[in-house]
Amino acid sequence: MLATRALSLVGKRAISTSICVRGGHGVAKVDDYNPLPDVQFVTELSAEQRSLKEKEKGSWATLSNEEKIALYRISFKQSFAEMNEGTKEWKSVIAGMFFFIGMTGLVVLWQRKFVYGPVPSTFESEWKEKEVQRMLDMRINPVEGFSAKWDYENKEWKK
Amino acid sequence: MSLAKPAMRGLLGKRLRFHLPIAFALSLVAAAAFKYGVTEPRKQAYADFYKQYDATKEFNNMREAGIFQSVRPTGE
Repeated sequence: MLATRALSLVGKRAISTSICVRGGHGVAKVDDYNPLPDVQFVTELSAEQRSLKEKEKGSWATLSNEEKIALYRISFKQSFAEMNEGTKEWKSVIAGMFFFIGMTGLVVLWQRKFVYGPVPSTFESEWKEKEVQRMLDMRINPVEGFSAKWDYENKEWKK
Repeated sequence: MSLAKPAMRGLLGKRLRFHLPIAFALSLVAAAAFKYGVTEPRKQAYADFYKQYDATKEFNNMREAGIFQSVRPTGE
């Protein structure tokens, strides 16, 4: 029973291939015939290709390298090397990245100028000087940190 | 076309036997490097600082600078 069902599938497949001959490349509905192999790339064979296919039925030792490549090209669109080669898409990706980062930078600059208010008074140099002096008076981190770098004798930063 | 049959078993064991000693060794090296590069110098720095530390003198200097709330500088 399985054999007859398989044979009927093969029969349907032959009809689909002949429809392909009229339609050109890539019209076959390959999904219906899973797991049978895909349709070959060149469906309308020239006279030369047809004679080569006949020669293929004999001993393959008689085929030259060019003939073998021609047979491959009948069955497949691309070689493995052609199929696996990378595209130049990464250049567009990097370009797009830089463009959008730049746009974001412009947005951030505009925000800094037109959206944010002034910075707190505690950032002014006068205030900061008083802040540093108070930290040194309190001996903040006197062993290895802040006050350790201040020379209390000469009232200057250690060299 | 007769290639050798590839290893089918013991793959994890082989990987562990190779990588675990290296992992342990590198971890020990990292720990030793941190101990002798960071913690020992730090302990020494603290020891040196407190060898010459005069708490009363420092307190008086801080008091004169006016940072305390409980004791004002002398003369106020």
